[in-house]
Order: sequence, then C-alpha cells, then structure tokens
Amino acid sequence: MTRIAILLLTALVLLYGVVYPNLAVVGGSFQRAGAWTLANYREILSQRVVIEAIVSSLGLSIGTVFFCALVGVPLAFLFERFTFPGRRIFAALAALPLVLPPLVGTVAFIFLAGESGILAHGIQNLFGLQSPPWRLRGWPALLLFHTYTMYPFFYVLAGAGLRRIDASLAEAARSLGASKFTVLTRVLLPQLTPSLLAAALLTFMTSMASFSAPQLFGGNVRVLTLEIFTARQRGDFTMAITETVILAVISLGALIFFQRYEGTRRFAAAAMKGAPRRRASIASGPARVLATIVAIFFAIVLVLPVATLLLVSFAQENSWTTQTLPSAYTLANYQRLFGDPYSSEVFVNSLTMSAIAAVAALLWSFCIVTLLRRRARTANFFGEGWRRLLSLLVLVPWALPGTVVAVSVAEAYGSPSLLLGSFVLVGTFWILPAVYFLRFMPLVVRALQASMEQIDPTLEEAAGSLGARAWQRFTRVTLPLVWPGAVAGTLLAFVIALGEYVASVLVFVPVNRPISIAIASEMRDFNLGAAAAYGVVLIVIISISMMVAGRLERLRS
Amino acid sequence: MAFLSLKNLSRTFGTTRAVTDVSLDVNQGEFFGLLGPSGCGKTTTLRMIAGLEKPDAGSIEFQGADITNLPPERRGFGMVFQNYALFPHLNVFENVAFGLRARHKTKAEMSERVTSALELVQLPGYEKRAVDELSGGQQQRVAIARAIAIEPALLLFDEPLSNLDVSLREETRSELRELVTRLGLTAVYVTHDQEEAYALCDRISVMVGGKLMQTGRPRELYEQPAEISVASFLGRNNLIKAMRVSSSKTSEGEFKTLEGGHTLRLPVKHEELAPLNKPVYLSIRPEHVQLSPNNNSAENSLRGNIRDIVFAGATSTVRVDAQGLVIEALVLRADGLEVNQPCTVILSPDHLKLLKN
Repeated sequence: MTRIAILLLTALVLLYGVVYPNLAVVGGSFQRAGAWTLANYREILSQRVVIEAIVSSLGLSIGTVFFCALVGVPLAFLFERFTFPGRRIFAALAALPLVLPPLVGTVAFIFLAGESGILAHGIQNLFGLQSPPWRLRGWPALLLFHTYTMYPFFYVLAGAGLRRIDASLAEAARSLGASKFTVLTRVLLPQLTPSLLAAALLTFMTSMASFSAPQLFGGNVRVLTLEIFTARQRGDFTMAITETVILAVISLGALIFFQRYEGTRRFAAAAMKGAPRRRASIASGPARVLATIVAIFFAIVLVLPVATLLLVSFAQENSWTTQTLPSAYTLANYQRLFGDPYSSEVFVNSLTMSAIAAVAALLWSFCIVTLLRRRARTANFFGEGWRRLLSLLVLVPWALPGTVVAVSVAEAYGSPSLLLGSFVLVGTFWILPAVYFLRFMPLVVRALQASMEQIDPTLEEAAGSLGARAWQRFTRVTLPLVWPGAVAGTLLAFVIALGEYVASVLVFVPVNRPISIAIASEMRDFNLGAAAAYGVVLIVIISISMMVAGRLERLRS
Repeated sequence: MAFLSLKNLSRTFGTTRAVTDVSLDVNQGEFFGLLGPSGCGKTTTLRMIAGLEKPDAGSIEFQGADITNLPPERRGFGMVFQNYALFPHLNVFENVAFGLRARHKTKAEMSERVTSALELVQLPGYEKRAVDELSGGQQQRVAIARAIAIEPALLLFDEPLSNLDVSLREETRSELRELVTRLGLTAVYVTHDQEEAYALCDRISVMVGGKLMQTGRPRELYEQPAEISVASFLGRNNLIKAMRVSSSKTSEGEFKTLEGGHTLRLPVKHEELAPLNKPVYLSIRPEHVQLSPNNNSAENSLRGNIRDIVFAGATSTVRVDAQGLVIEALVLRADGLEVNQPCTVILSPDHLKLLKN
C-alpha cells in the first residue's frame, strides 16, 4: 500500500517536474504557429550572434576546465602530499569559493578587481595614473573569475583521489625500480583519472551554466545563458526556448561524453588493507619557505573577495569614488536592509522559498531512495532498467543549467495546459519554490543515498530476525542512522537555493523577489554598500548552515 | 519428524549457483554445523533458514509447518551475524531489548530479560555502555545476548567467531556451546573452521561448491570421508590415485597406484566395489601413516626416500618419495630421520580408505 503511494508520488513529481517541462521546451522549439517545423533552428543557426554565443559558451567552458586543472591539481598534490607551515590555513579555506553564491562572488570580485575596485584604484593612486590600469571585462575577466570560483572542484576531488590511493602501490612501483617521475605518470595519475574526469565534468557544466559573471562583466563575450535571458527580456520566446534546447543538448552531451569515458577508466577498488600515505614533510629549507609562501598567498587570494565585500558593506554612500578604500564607514546599509520593509522582505521570501524547496526535497528523497535502493540479494523494487531510468530522471534537473530549468518550467506552465488545467504557475509565488525544488533535490537524493549506502545491510537484517516489521526497521534502525546525512544534504540544498540567481532572474515576480534579485538591482542603481550588505548577510546565513551541516556530517561518521 | 527440515533448496545469484539441491534435517536440541570452504553456499543456506534469502526452489519446514515464504520477522529465529550487526546508535541495553520492543513487552519484563541475557553472556552491568566502546569479544557477547533475549525457537550463527583472535575464539567457543546446551536451544552454526565445527557441533554437514557432500558426526566425517572433496577439505590427507586390479569378489581389494606402481591392499565392502581398470582415489590421514627406517614386511609397506621434514612444534611432517608417489606422514618426533635417507612407509589397511568418486 505504502509502496504504491510512494510510486505514484514519485511518478507524478517526475512527470510534472522533469518530463513534461522538458518535452514542452523541445516540442516548442520545433513548432511555429502550431505547425511542426525546423524553421526556428534554421533561423537561429543562421544568426551570427547565436553561433558566437555557442562558440563562446563552449570556449569559456573548455578554457575554464583547463585553467582550473592547472591551478587545482598542483595545489592538491602540494597540500595532500606534503606538510609545511601554513598548510592548514589554506586547506581550511580551499573550498570557500564553492559556498559563495555565484552572484555574490561576482559582486565581490567587481569590488576587488574591477576597474574602480580596490586593486585597480590602489595601483592607479600609487603610480598617479590617469586611467585605471585595467578593465575587468571580457575573456580574461571571465576566465579569472571562473578559475577562482571553480578550481576547488579539481582541488577537492583530486585531493580526495590522492587520499584514496593506496600508498603501498607507489612503494611497490618504487621497489620495482620506477623513478619518482615514473610513479607519478604511470601509477598515480592513471589512478587519479576518475577523480580528474569528475572534476572536469563538474567544472564544464558549472561554467556552461554560468550567468552572473557574463552578465556583470562579460563585456562583448555573449554566452548562451545570457542570450536566452536577453531573448526572453525582448519577448522573443521562440528564440529563447530554441536556444535553451541547444544549451541543454550541449550540457547533457557533455555529461554523457564524460560518463562514457569515465566508465572505461574505472579501477576496481582494491579490497585490501593498504597503508594510508603519510604526508611527507618538506625538508629542504628554500622549498619549505616557498611552499609556505604559496599557501599564504593562496589563502589571501581566497579570502580577499569576501573581505572586500565585508569592507564595502560598511562603506558610506558616495564615500568610494576614486579612493583606494572607502573613506567613511557606517552601519546605514545594514540598518536599511533590516529597517526598510521593502528591503527586508526579500529575506523572508528567500528563506521561505528555500525552506519549502529543501524540506520538500528531503521528503521526496526518501521516496526516491526507497525505490532506488538495491537490496543486496532479496527482491528489488524494480528491475535494473527502471532503476537506471529513475536515477537518470532525478539527475536531469541537476545536469541542466538553471536557465534551462527555469525556461522549461515557464514554458510548460505559462499558460493553461493539459496537465495543470486552468492553474498557471508562472506569475505566482510558487514558481520559484518549484524551480528550486527541481534544481536542488538531486543534491538531497545523493546525500541520502550516500548515507543509506553507508549503513551495513546486516543491521536491517538483524532487526528483521529480531522481529521488527518493515516500518519498525525504518523508524528504529534506518532513520536514526541516516538523518544526519540527509539533513546535511538538505541544508546544502537550502543554502544554494538561498543565493540562487540564474533561474530566479528569469521567472521571479514582485511577490517572491529573492535576495539575489535585490542584490542585482542595488548594483544596477550603484548602491554598492547595500549590495555588499545583502551579500554579507547571505554569506553569514550560509556559513552557519554549513557549520551545522559539517557537525552533522561528523556525527554520522 | 525433524525439528527443522530443508528440502531440495536451491538458490542462484545471476549465473552462479550458490546452493544446489540441499536437503537436511536438524533435530531438536541439536547443535548442527554447516562446514565448508568460503563460497560453498553455507552462509546462503543459513540465510535461507533465517528468511533473509528466498530459495529459488525447495522448501523449509519448521516443526512440521512450511515456513519457506515466511518473512524473517515472523520466524522468531535468533541470528548472530559475522560482523555482529549491533545497532551503532543504540546502547547495549537497547540493542539487547530491540527484539523485545518489537514484541511490545512490558518495561519490567524487558529489563528483566535484558539483565538475564547479559548475565548469561557474562556482561552484567554493561547496559548503559555504547556499542563502540566495547571490545570485539564483548560486542560478540552482546550479539549473542540480543539473539537469545527473544527466546528464539532456533539460533542461527554465521561464523560468529571469525573476527576474534585465536585465544579468545577458543574461550568463547566453549562458553557458547555450554550456553546453548544450558538453555536447551537448537542451533545451526556456519563456519569454515573445521576444528571449530568439531569442537562445537553434534552433527555437521559438509558443503562444497553449493552442494551438500556428507552429513555426520565429527569423528565419522574425519575418519570416513565419503568423497574426495570432503576428504581434501577436512584436514590434510594423502590422496592416492590407483586402479583396482584384482577381479575376485572377495572383501579385499587390490589396487595399483598410478604413481610409483605400488600394490596396495585394503578391505572393500561389496557395494562399493570399484570397477576394474578405472582410476579411483584411496586416502589415508598423515597421522595414520607409519614410518620405519628399516625394511619392513608389514602389509602395504613402500620403500622410498625422505624428501623433506617440516618441524611444526609438537609434530613434524615428513614427506617420503616412494618412486614417484609422495606420501605425507605426521609424526610426533622426527628423531633419527634425515632428508635423503631411505625409509619405509606403511599404509595400514585399517586406515586406508576407498573414496567415492
């Protein structure tokens, strides 16, 4: 009985949330005036702007992967394999850019490195230059920002991969006569390929979906996400959805490409007792000093944008024009944020909508995981084929750029339709919680799945042999063991939804204006202090949530 | 009527046949062993008894009732898992009380039964301890206490001692046997350790490759293995490939070994008379092989050279090469024996056995 209810609920959510909107977009892109046609594609692909956007998006993503690997992998080797003064400072900060909402990061970057930012002003004033020494625009700016925000994918995953490698393998290779270099190229790197591929995939997809940075300082680099946004602003919905399909196809294509390739490079995890590798201490004096300097330098680089944001949030209006640092400080920005109902309303909106989406995702994850769970030897809920389809459908909204999800939901539920009757989602409060739910529920599902997999299956069997029924086994054994992991995943989804911008900007309405939209409009009005203050409050909420999540993670292990 | 009876159980995982056509009976009050090398299907058989695994074919009867399709929670069998499967989020008391809560016992009865179960496994006063504070041996006892607290109709053990170190294992082994006997329980015990099985079990079934090869008392199995697979699994054994040569239908068979071409004689029952000129296996335990430095005229004595001597503390293993036929002998003292010296091996007809092929 419960099983049927779970199955029905899952099917409904996937049908309404994933299958139908995506089909609606694809269908719409092949239609014109009610007739099936390829005209939309022919027209769009003959426009130089669109081709440029596709090439820019691909080029930006590939460049980002390259630079992130170039920065992240050596750092992972340095910090995973060696120990020296300063190592811990960097290691603690390394993942900071990952928790920064992209829009907040972009804004902080502008304050720090923009042409009227602290660095540019500093150099200008120092040398008495007529104009700022650089302009934060176009390719270099985008690649720099993307590398700053996305290198942690490589750093974290390569580091985890290095930790997993059994130290005795390298020792065995050395004893067989391999040089250190041979060990690196023939033993370590091949084993690291799965981690590197996963990092490359994440970086590519994130870069493909990137929107805030291209919007705020892309200059003449027009990427697809931005093109879709402007097409919708112009009212050219056909063009928007056709471009959306192109963006979706590229993203899913990358996903399939990487997973294909990954499948050929997977190594059977050696089920043996290996000695974990100890970090080697760097003995030579100069190398030690150099490593320490690198650690401190990168730690400063990581913290600077956030520190800048904090500083600017206290800047008095018009106190920061040509000076290196703002000249007068005040609490006015924060007072306005919490005092003015119009300003404080966005917090209520964002918190409510993110909480709705996260809690719904948590509840729903239990349904999905129940269905997906592979019971080692007893009867499974599903055949292998169904299980794969289900996991794929769950992952789709996560793999697709936020722009695609928002556009497809808007397209599918923008007018009365077969599935919703006369209810129109677009223009209501509920569209954002729905979009947040779709985009971030895969995170919660993954977290819950990971927790479930950690449970020893014999525990449930033991409970069964002691007489506990299915429901008792769930509430008394499974639930107490998975909840820390599940709640940590939910918190993660919650904080990401809190700073969401890409999808929100496409479908928000006055009643559900989220924080990110407020930041963007303050930036447009040159209320830099107010924009920074929003960003700081957001970061504080996120930090607290992440600390709680971290606690829970530790509780689990 | 048997207490527990397995009838033609089979179970396949994908393409591997884990258990094939296993039938056996367990009597009430018996300590029954399932013994075999790893991957032989003994654990799968136990899990089918517990209800954690559904057989593809065959049935399980308990006290005359068919329980093949009964879910584990309604069988009322206590099970001790190899990794103990203690609930990490519950303390010792709650672990032991788990099955009692599922049975909605009153608070008073629950605490009384938990206390007495913990006393039985010699862990009184450990109620409030967290499970991960306990040593391996203590966790093991909690697992046993949890299984007996529900007053199980049948106790199932899945290699419960394999995670303990040697000395603790032997100590726990005898306590376990005593406990089960004292409570008058019936137990099915899975192990790959033959010594453990001999020490614990009243009767043992030997499984090899998913099939049940032989069931019997420990001594019976050791001394009269019926098949090659049982003989080679149960302790060291000299397996001698030979061919029957005598055609007379007397109770004595005459065999010619394929290696070395020696003639061996042993009593053969009429019904197991081996066909002529077809290779069969003869077996003899190393401890039953006698060695003599001099020529000896006893039955089945073969001349050979000592190939090597391995000292193993209380005993020594001597391998003798008798013109290509290598025989292993277990002796208490290898005094006076030297490598490369000639030596006579005596394979007494009383201990030489003809195996079923």
